[in-house]
Amino acid sequence: METIENKVTGDTGEELALVLSARGGDINAFERLLKKYDRNVFRIAQHITQNREDAEDVVQDAFLKAYEKLDQFQGNSKFYTWLVRIAVNEALMKLRKRKSDKTVSMDDEVETEDGTLTREFADWDPNPEQRYQQSELGDILGKTIQGLPAGFRTVFVLRDVEGLSTEETAETLGLSVPAVKSRLLRARLQLRERLSKFFKKAKGGDRPK
Amino acid sequence: MKCKDFLNELNDFLDGSLDPKLKAELEDHLVWCHHCYVVCDTTKKTIQIYRENDVYELPDPIRERLQTAIMQKCKAKQKSE
Ligand SMILES: [Zn+2]
Repeated sequence: METIENKVTGDTGEELALVLSARGGDINAFERLLKKYDRNVFRIAQHITQNREDAEDVVQDAFLKAYEKLDQFQGNSKFYTWLVRIAVNEALMKLRKRKSDKTVSMDDEVETEDGTLTREFADWDPNPEQRYQQSELGDILGKTIQGLPAGFRTVFVLRDVEGLSTEETAETLGLSVPAVKSRLLRARLQLRERLSKFFKKAKGGDRPK
Repeated sequence: MKCKDFLNELNDFLDGSLDPKLKAELEDHLVWCHHCYVVCDTTKKTIQIYRENDVYELPDPIRERLQTAIMQKCKAKQKSE
């Protein structure tokens, strides 16, 4: 299984060379960038849109936009964070279309009061995920993160799943570092709270009632 | 240190980006406050579980189809320039 380390770009020098070749018209160089990051873009898009079809569209639209705008890419940020910023914007646009009655923005719902951040204090098993089959676990994790406001889950996915730094996440989303930190804390705690239902230690049997 | 203060620092504590003095204070709080210990431990597990289980894997056939479509459009764009 892929680890968090190699999800994010390793050699930036080599990558910059690819970007420059692609910009100069080398289509194979662009294809290599596509193959390097399409899984990540899909994962991010699916987390934000919560819709398979939309996520596939986002992958296409984001890479095409990146290709068109390659000459606008500034070497001062990583290609990956630049690409992710394009993908996040595309994904949020899709989400807005689906929920046309509701505006979706990165400034969504921050009204949770501090006192309600944690309510569940039960211990979990050491490896609680082993209680479930892989597909069942995927279901639980997917449904749980789906319940978070879009602004929260986007921050969580970029920072904790994709392994971007807090600063990179802030830059990608156009948020301040304190805003990222506050959303991240709420996202982490809300997920924890919701997952407790599935993962907390059972009193008698091996599953909670 | 109160539980509320602990919670405020939880992110940096989990990310390992605290200065050693504050880190020691938090660790001390964890020794006697079981609630915060559980919150800290289960939050760490929450992050790990999401990291280690790819909820949204892109299946190979769909991946190939997308790659082909994208590259075709890129080539078309290149020609039209
Ligand atoms: Zn406490």
